[in-house]
Amino acid sequence: MLSLRVPSTSFHPRRFHAGALERRWRLGRDCFLSFSHPRGTRSLGVKSTKSEMAPFTAAEEETLPEGLHPELMPKHVAVIMDGNGRWAKNKGLQPWDGHRAGVEALREIVELCGKWGIQVLTVFAFSTDNWIRPKIEIDFLLNLFERTLKSELETLAKNNVRISIIGDSSKLPKSLLKVINEVEEVTKNNTRLQLIVAVGYSGKYDVLQACRGIAQRVKDGEIEVEEIDEKLIEQELETNCTEFPYPDLLIRTSGELRVSNFLLWQLAYTELFFAQELWPDFGRSGFIEALMSFQQRQRRFGGRKS
Amino acid sequence: MCRRENNDLSGNDVVQSFITGSGSFPTFASLNSQLRILVLSLLPSTISDPKNLGTVLHFIYLSSGEGMGGGIRQLLEQVHRLSRRSLFRVLSMGPLPTHLAFIMDGNRRYAKKRGLEDGSGHKAGFSALMSMLQYCYELGIKYVTVYAFSIDNFRRKPEEVQSLMDLMLEKIKSLLDKESIVHEYGIRVYFIGNLGLLNDQVRAAAEEVMKATAKNSRVVLLVCVAYNSTDEIVQAVKRSCVEKADRDVERIQLVDIEENMQMSVAPEPDILIRSSGETRLSNFLLWQTGNSQLFSPDALWPEIGLRHLVWAILNFQRSHSYLEKKKKQL
Repeated sequence: MLSLRVPSTSFHPRRFHAGALERRWRLGRDCFLSFSHPRGTRSLGVKSTKSEMAPFTAAEEETLPEGLHPELMPKHVAVIMDGNGRWAKNKGLQPWDGHRAGVEALREIVELCGKWGIQVLTVFAFSTDNWIRPKIEIDFLLNLFERTLKSELETLAKNNVRISIIGDSSKLPKSLLKVINEVEEVTKNNTRLQLIVAVGYSGKYDVLQACRGIAQRVKDGEIEVEEIDEKLIEQELETNCTEFPYPDLLIRTSGELRVSNFLLWQLAYTELFFAQELWPDFGRSGFIEALMSFQQRQRRFGGRKS
Repeated sequence: MCRRENNDLSGNDVVQSFITGSGSFPTFASLNSQLRILVLSLLPSTISDPKNLGTVLHFIYLSSGEGMGGGIRQLLEQVHRLSRRSLFRVLSMGPLPTHLAFIMDGNRRYAKKRGLEDGSGHKAGFSALMSMLQYCYELGIKYVTVYAFSIDNFRRKPEEVQSLMDLMLEKIKSLLDKESIVHEYGIRVYFIGNLGLLNDQVRAAAEEVMKATAKNSRVVLLVCVAYNSTDEIVQAVKRSCVEKADRDVERIQLVDIEENMQMSVAPEPDILIRSSGETRLSNFLLWQTGNSQLFSPDALWPEIGLRHLVWAILNFQRSHSYLEKKKKQL
């Protein structure tokens, strides 16, 4: 049974009020991943802000919203979570508030993916290009990532979510690497949803490391140069941690019309969807819009429909 | 393209004769009302260069002498060219892209929509391509890449593949003609892709064109046939492995792979335009379009026009300063 409640002692319904975001500054005040907060707010007489969410049931999956067909759901969705900084600026906040709001939005999307039968969700958390940002922001981001992983580990494990981290780990702090290893180990046998987080990742870097891996195997005499083909490269890419390495749908928020070197090889036939909203505003309605657009597309893979 | 038939006449001569009424040229008074309006509307743009007016008047002369149909068409073409030139002058006030890439999608749907037979969609697509190339090179864009035929397209019905190959052979050969666009703009043509998958005739024609245009350097056209981006990367990886076989594999860097890519002859595209409204890359230039602006107008490829190009460039100019700042930081 999908029991997604948090321990009731630490449940604070006020945290889900939008205004509370600005007040949550200090470390240790992170929200818990809770799929049942409407229940909590109803029981306290507070009107739920998300009135369209179905009441908590014991059913494993929520019924899809009107207009979405279960047989046309993408197996693998990739997301570029762009716009946290701009969101914070528009509200007159600091960039790190934007990133916190971004984590909230991500929680919502992970929850929806789990409920709607999407098998893999890849998120672009931190790119190789992002290393140029101010150190204070980078430190905050990596710290936020570490804290979120630690705090969410138990909930994710209970919800049968598997976490994999891809990217160049050489520049990441040791404490983060330790947490990553622990999280990957604990969740490695989970099957409901695979959440792939790209940290220090870029598409070109992935192909480069695959190339190096292949070159090493050629040098060791394991394979011949003539045997190098697309399948081999696919096996060497970091997305080999999943059964479905090719996203069916890529969503980029904040209106930018670029892929920014995220998942190069894997995007060969991916449907791209560019959303105008900034990532913290994306949420359920934006996700439904993206899925509806995806379901209406004709995918031909170079052939002909008829 | 419009050409003067009598090369001895200069534009100024024609203008003079037109105004004074001497010689065998028609005078302003002798033109019908439509042509008078046309000439008057052109006067502002010809202030900087009277030769333009002379050229126009020359064609009025030709059209009144040789029959209105062909002459009027040539006249209108010249008018379009002049107004395009003014538009492009305005556009070049801002930054212009160096490299434009096109995915020419929607030919067959176009034929179906218009109730034409199957092959004519691709023929219409070819004319649209020629127009777009003309606009790009007039605007001063140095590199243009087009996705003509993918390796995946070989999976289509054999008749369709064969008719596409025949069309490609005919059009590749026509590039060698003296009047072709290649000579007009001094285009260097590259054929990018796994050319070994093509039949011998097409491959030979492609290689001939590449050789014949090797000395051109003004502008570059890259035609991707039998191309897949993943295939290009596989070939580059193979070559990198062979090159660095005797050295430490850690020494393989991004530049090593990039050097071995067939598309290394051009910089990365600034804008990728895919017609017919589909928003996907379809295994085209995956490596090179990481930072390209993606633009997907709803028009099918034969319907693509100047307005889509202008719109794409205006959007590019809008985000250009932000992107340049980012590039400098990297």
